[in-house]
Amino acid sequence: MIMRPIHFALFVTLALGAAPARAVQPDEVMKNPALEARARALSEELRCLVCQNQSIDDSDAPLARDIRILIRQRIAQGESNETVRAYLVSRYGDFILLKPPFKPETMLLWLSPALVLGAGLAAALFARRRAPRSTPALSAEEEARLAALTGGDTTGG
Amino acid sequence: MIVEIGHFALFLALGAALAQTVVPFWGARVGDAGLMGVGRSAALTQLLLIAIAFAALVNAHLTSDFSVLNVAENSHSAVPAIYKISGVWGNHEGSMLLWVLILAVFGALVALFGRALPRVLRADALAVQGLISVAFLAFILLTSNPFERLMPAPFEGRDLNPILQDPGLAIHPPLLYLGYVGFSIVYSFAAAALIEGRIDAAWARFVRPFTLVAWSFLTLGIAAGSFWAYYTLGWGGFWFWDPVENASLMPWLAGTAFVHSVAVMEKRDALKVWTIFLAILAFSFSLLGTFLVRSGVLTSVHAFASDPRRGVFILAILALFIFGSFALFAWRAPMLKQGGLFAPISREGALIVNNLLLTTSCATVLFGTLYPLALEQLTGEKITVGAPFFNLTCGALLLTACFVAPFGFSLAWKRGDLLAVAERLTVALVAGAVTAVLGAAWLSGGSVFAPLAAGLAIFVILGTLIEVVMRVRRPGLAPAVALKRALGLPLSFYGAALAHVGLGVTLLGLAGLGFGAETIATLHKGVPERVGPYSITLDWVGERVGPNYKEAATSMTVRSGAAVVAEIAPARRQFAARQMTTTEAGLATLNFGQVYVAIADPTPDGDVPARLYWKPLVTLIWLGAAAMALGGALSLADRRLRFGAAARAKAGGGSLAQPAQ
Repeated sequence: MIMRPIHFALFVTLALGAAPARAVQPDEVMKNPALEARARALSEELRCLVCQNQSIDDSDAPLARDIRILIRQRIAQGESNETVRAYLVSRYGDFILLKPPFKPETMLLWLSPALVLGAGLAAALFARRRAPRSTPALSAEEEARLAALTGGDTTGG
Repeated sequence: MIVEIGHFALFLALGAALAQTVVPFWGARVGDAGLMGVGRSAALTQLLLIAIAFAALVNAHLTSDFSVLNVAENSHSAVPAIYKISGVWGNHEGSMLLWVLILAVFGALVALFGRALPRVLRADALAVQGLISVAFLAFILLTSNPFERLMPAPFEGRDLNPILQDPGLAIHPPLLYLGYVGFSIVYSFAAAALIEGRIDAAWARFVRPFTLVAWSFLTLGIAAGSFWAYYTLGWGGFWFWDPVENASLMPWLAGTAFVHSVAVMEKRDALKVWTIFLAILAFSFSLLGTFLVRSGVLTSVHAFASDPRRGVFILAILALFIFGSFALFAWRAPMLKQGGLFAPISREGALIVNNLLLTTSCATVLFGTLYPLALEQLTGEKITVGAPFFNLTCGALLLTACFVAPFGFSLAWKRGDLLAVAERLTVALVAGAVTAVLGAAWLSGGSVFAPLAAGLAIFVILGTLIEVVMRVRRPGLAPAVALKRALGLPLSFYGAALAHVGLGVTLLGLAGLGFGAETIATLHKGVPERVGPYSITLDWVGERVGPNYKEAATSMTVRSGAAVVAEIAPARRQFAARQMTTTEAGLATLNFGQVYVAIADPTPDGDVPARLYWKPLVTLIWLGAAAMALGGALSLADRRLRFGAAARAKAGGGSLAQPAQ
């Protein structure tokens, strides 16, 4: 209990010292709305490296903020989105891309939906081909039973 | 003392579970009715014992008994009572105890309502259910004991993680577990049917209520989780394709496929092998989800390796139940008799397409979730599979499934007429297309997804409603007759219709996001800031103290033109015990849409940096999910499907139960 004020003091220092990092902040936004839109689109594709599966656009982590600012600086200098992305990949690897690039290592991943769907379709067709085409005709015995049933009581069911 | 009683009860429960596994199984093999009957009493005893253990843990949390490690680590004397209770399952040990409690509840339901079932089937199903219980009780007692004591006891607990102190997350795990674990019954019955080598429509009729219960709860659980993420995480995201979310989505997808195929089996005695396969799959994914979330393998492969005890144990359970059941499947499935012929264009055919698309998306989620782990293990290369991958692949598959839904709902069993159905659905098709075109024009070159999803949503909703009307009304029919026809339709039909409409409604909510607006700005007192059709004014900034937190609070007014439409109070909460800050978004619901405001810490001169959103139709996402779950419940209320109805009808020689051969 006695710890509490100290903790709170720690909070305040942290809050004042390091800028409270949050998903895109007003001070980050670029003046030119077209460039800002490009920066947003790019940051939605990039992973916050220290979070779990969050894009830097959504992340509160300070590192994500740094990368958001870096992207905006580079875009302001006239670089295209592709160049900025390529630069970040060269620095952090494919790990930073939320959408993995199509290459030999990820081929199986990208093709998996088509493969599974194809296998499923093939299995369905196979099962269909193996199944009898139509209901086999009734045997003489069954015909007799049917006649007995329908002849005896037509209201039963 | 109470804590020790709980611990002891858990050991006794393990004994009961062992008895439930061995005795009825043996009885079924030697044909001894007395031994088979033991399954029933063992299941009920087990439920009683686990309930005692669970109550003991709840009591420890409620009384803040910090001499119990689990309470000391996950509770705090100042936490409100509801979060003391939800703290029970807000941690690994407690949540596993909840898992086995729900497992025992489902086992007891079979014991109580399964009287009308064939004796051998019931005995085998209870035995399999018992075996699952044995595995998880052993897991809890050996690796995750929630009753461990702490010496000396601390004065104060370390508090429940603040982001878990929320009503949405208090009910999320129980709902989700009711879903996950509910599929265990389906699994047990599938295994029992395979052991016997016989399966029929009566089986489907008995399993279906359990499936619907599990599926409805899983739907609600996922919706509750996503709604929680939406209002808690501070920017209105509600689905991240995070591995933990994927872990809950996979059983849902497999379960949804199962709900559809079991309907085919019940009505038409077809797709037996496939239905059994899906039953095994749905629970396997539930187990996999439990493993992924509980072993820590997701946060990092290394975290898993540093304390592998739990992970390896769950992995062994996983291997036993998944490989065991698939081996049984491979061995026995060829013996199952196929029945119910149908043409490709028929309701059965459409449901097969639905099943293919759902299982493919399920497989895609599985691949996407595990691929990075596998690749890192094999090559050391780290990649990320994130939202853009899943949106592209699963998005396409699931949208296609949505498109098929109204066709499947309208096609006749056995042999359908696609042209006639398309003609019936013309109005819905045209309305959908017009919606999509208008949406695209409105966004003028924005995302393709939003207008497409909006059009599909309208098609699904209208298409379903058209079918309902067509079933009831024919030209020239008197209203009284039409009403009688409407009342004569089975509840399961209305349940399915409601679920499909719910699907459309959720899709509409998702589409609405594409039409939203976002403003990032620093708010000054009294200066309105626009977002979408509304303007938001900051009125007040200050500090407040809650029971176990302090918050930077604000109050803001939402206006449409000059008229005040809502007051909101976004805040930032600081929890001292864990040194964590949470965002309390300011939300105002306006015509199914929401104004959403999240703030950062106010500056010393009273300005507030904020993100303002206008999210049209966003609430429909969860309302649609609720409608889907309600559809499941409605279907459950169908008197033909009540527990045991199948066998009663069979005994009475009624026309409802179709004999197997």
